[in-house]
Amino acid sequence: MYAYDELDRTLINERVSEFRDQVKRRLSGELTEDEFKMLRLQNGVYLQLHAYMFRVAIPYGTLSSKQLRRLAHVARRYDRGYGHFTTRQNIQYNWIKLAELPDALADLAEVGIHAMQTSGNNTRNVTSDQWAGVAPGEVEDPRIWSELLRQYTTLHPEFSFLPRKFKFAITASEHDRAAIKVHDIGLRLYKNAEGETGFEVLVGGGLGRTPFIGKTIKSFVPGRDLLSYVEAILRVYNQYGRRDNIYKARIKILVHELGIEKFAGEVEDEWLRMRDSALTLDEAVVEEIRSRFTYPVYEQLPHMPDELRKAAHDPLFEAWRSNSVAPHKVPGYAIVTLSLKPVGGPPGDATAGQMDAIADLADKYSFGEIRVGHEQNLALPHVARRDLPALWRALDKIGVATPNVNLVSDIIACPGLDYCSLANARSIPIAQELTRRFANHDTANLIGKLHVNISGCINACGHHHVGHIGILGVEKNGEEFYQITIGGRADEHAVVGALIGPAVPYGQVADVVEDIVEAYLALRERPDELFIDAVKRLGVEPFRERVYATR
Amino acid sequence: MPLVRFGKIAGDAFVRVTDDDPLPDSGAILVSAARFLADPETLSRRVGGAGVIWPNNRDVDDLVPYLDRLAVVALVFPTFRDGRAYSQARLLRERHGFRGELRATGQVLRDQFVFMLRAGFDAYEVKKESDAEAFTNTVKRYSVFYQPTGDGRLTALHRRMRLRHSESASQ
Amino acid sequence: MTSPLEQKKIRITGPSVVTANRTWDGIVIYRTARQGWSADLSEAAIVRTSDEARALLTEAEADDVGAVGAYIAPVEVKDTGAIKPGNLREHIRSEGVTIDLPVPA
Repeated sequence: MYAYDELDRTLINERVSEFRDQVKRRLSGELTEDEFKMLRLQNGVYLQLHAYMFRVAIPYGTLSSKQLRRLAHVARRYDRGYGHFTTRQNIQYNWIKLAELPDALADLAEVGIHAMQTSGNNTRNVTSDQWAGVAPGEVEDPRIWSELLRQYTTLHPEFSFLPRKFKFAITASEHDRAAIKVHDIGLRLYKNAEGETGFEVLVGGGLGRTPFIGKTIKSFVPGRDLLSYVEAILRVYNQYGRRDNIYKARIKILVHELGIEKFAGEVEDEWLRMRDSALTLDEAVVEEIRSRFTYPVYEQLPHMPDELRKAAHDPLFEAWRSNSVAPHKVPGYAIVTLSLKPVGGPPGDATAGQMDAIADLADKYSFGEIRVGHEQNLALPHVARRDLPALWRALDKIGVATPNVNLVSDIIACPGLDYCSLANARSIPIAQELTRRFANHDTANLIGKLHVNISGCINACGHHHVGHIGILGVEKNGEEFYQITIGGRADEHAVVGALIGPAVPYGQVADVVEDIVEAYLALRERPDELFIDAVKRLGVEPFRERVYATR
Repeated sequence: MPLVRFGKIAGDAFVRVTDDDPLPDSGAILVSAARFLADPETLSRRVGGAGVIWPNNRDVDDLVPYLDRLAVVALVFPTFRDGRAYSQARLLRERHGFRGELRATGQVLRDQFVFMLRAGFDAYEVKKESDAEAFTNTVKRYSVFYQPTGDGRLTALHRRMRLRHSESASQ
Repeated sequence: MTSPLEQKKIRITGPSVVTANRTWDGIVIYRTARQGWSADLSEAAIVRTSDEARALLTEAEADDVGAVGAYIAPVEVKDTGAIKPGNLREHIRSEGVTIDLPVPA
């Protein structure tokens, strides 16, 4: 956990004061909406269908219990008692009043939480692997570098008015849980043959209207050059990114139009002129940030404690343990995922009561730390295995122990037309129905790992392009219709899914997903051939046939 | 449109001359890039002083040969949301060492003053009178800065390191 | 339900209202016939021609302090004279989300 000090807190407080002044000037008329809109976006404030939406940053998905309690407080005091965790490790509140926002921000600032740059044409939350710092086999904790990047990009005077939004993601594991290949800049941390820490830098990934998988612009940038290299990329983008058409303004379009070689050349030219600058990260600087990260003092614990052995006889506990508990790099410990996808519930939401309870459990069982994943679940990253049975009982009581992590009912969905003014169609009711259709855990386990992603419009906040099954809401003659894709992946083998056929109406989406699953079960080579691998092997055709045979 | 220089509303010594008009016999002038580049040697040696209004979609490289003779470079924010001039400003100041007046023009509003100052601007054609009057207070909004720019301010990180160094040194 | 934020030409195909969100708290509001706003759809001014719509929108947009994001939205006018939202999006804005909100604890 990174500890904010007085300087970090001062900056956040100064930002709150500034926004308070801006809101005041907006409400008095001194600022027009045209002048104010970008300012409020830069503080995470959107206008949605029936209220403002407030997006709070959770840098690289890491929270302390104190911070989570404060998020609960904001939900209670300023909203309707719940929050929604997003695909970028942030939290959103849907009913906030503009006039109360400065107070909400002030309350958050007290615990080192802010909403800087969670929207607007600037650099957004630097997301990472929700298992950072605890995943076995990780090169080193990518959050050190995420924090370095976070500080570098916060209120950067040159890059606060980019052509469009700009998103970073960092991974330090072979298996990419941070979806770096679909970010504007994706960073893969690794050590080269000489043992130096550095990054493979990918650029131009992104979803939305024109999805692209990121391309490697440089295969190894040493850690010391990370910020100067990023600055070179941002400067090229700031100057040459398109500003005439918001649908062509992301860096992925610039990379596509120039070609990766030419783009890389521009960046290299710029970088060579500024590489040995004040942005060089020498060891002392990296150490300074690293030293502000505290890690638990782990005990020496057995892998199979008595408590665990005894509980193994409980089939319900075992179902949860085998689904939601992942190995930890420290023996005797585990990473526990808390499913925010209950049967019939809106995916990714947590009530203030749940947040408070989870904060208490984090204090008791996870050294006070919680993680937020881009699949819209939470995690407790430092749980002793002997505590698993007790933790499970407590999680189950508050409804966050549905053993469906990574299964078909662990759906990622955007808020959709129920909330969002950009949406064409609803996504939450679709997700809810799917969780009901696949509520049976034995069935879900039989199906195996299957990521369903739902977006209510082409902006793709639900990441449907990279879902194993992707569902995209479109509008046809005033009715909600949905395009279905299959075969997408967000990890190190990232690929955009393929359309299986014409869009289907709202009432048929769950049936279609069932048909796709049935086709998979019938066609898979072996029970352990994953859905995503079966699609790769078979292509879209057999699924298309099955789905559209009667439609 | 008030001009803010050295934190205060000031008179503008520079007369804007459009491309079609003849140059005044004396006095400081501001001309477009096109006009300037048509005759840079003469214009840049003008006795009264000359400045260029440089468009935000053009590389500043073309202006670099004349920087040491230019009194003013005016950069443009067509809307406050178009941030290209921030990059141009930093390049002019930090890479090319421009020491003359770097002026922000276009839609220049209060809430961008701090960014502009940090990027190297030192003069501002401010859209609203009330914003111009608030300049000094506005730029005091922030005392902590994370990233180094040419303004010489110590970043938070380096302040922290210095503090730690001096703490341990005094032990 | 194409986002009305993408409205460029103003051309209405049936009875419509002008709607927006109240600046200070974001609630849904409808332009009335008395140069004001109401949170109640039944008090909205109805326009039936593109010219009327354009005029009402222009008037509404002039209230930059009180309202944000004004646009023209379709309504249904029942035989009883009751005004109903004219599409799903407006239904959601008027009635609320179509799902159950999590029960606050």
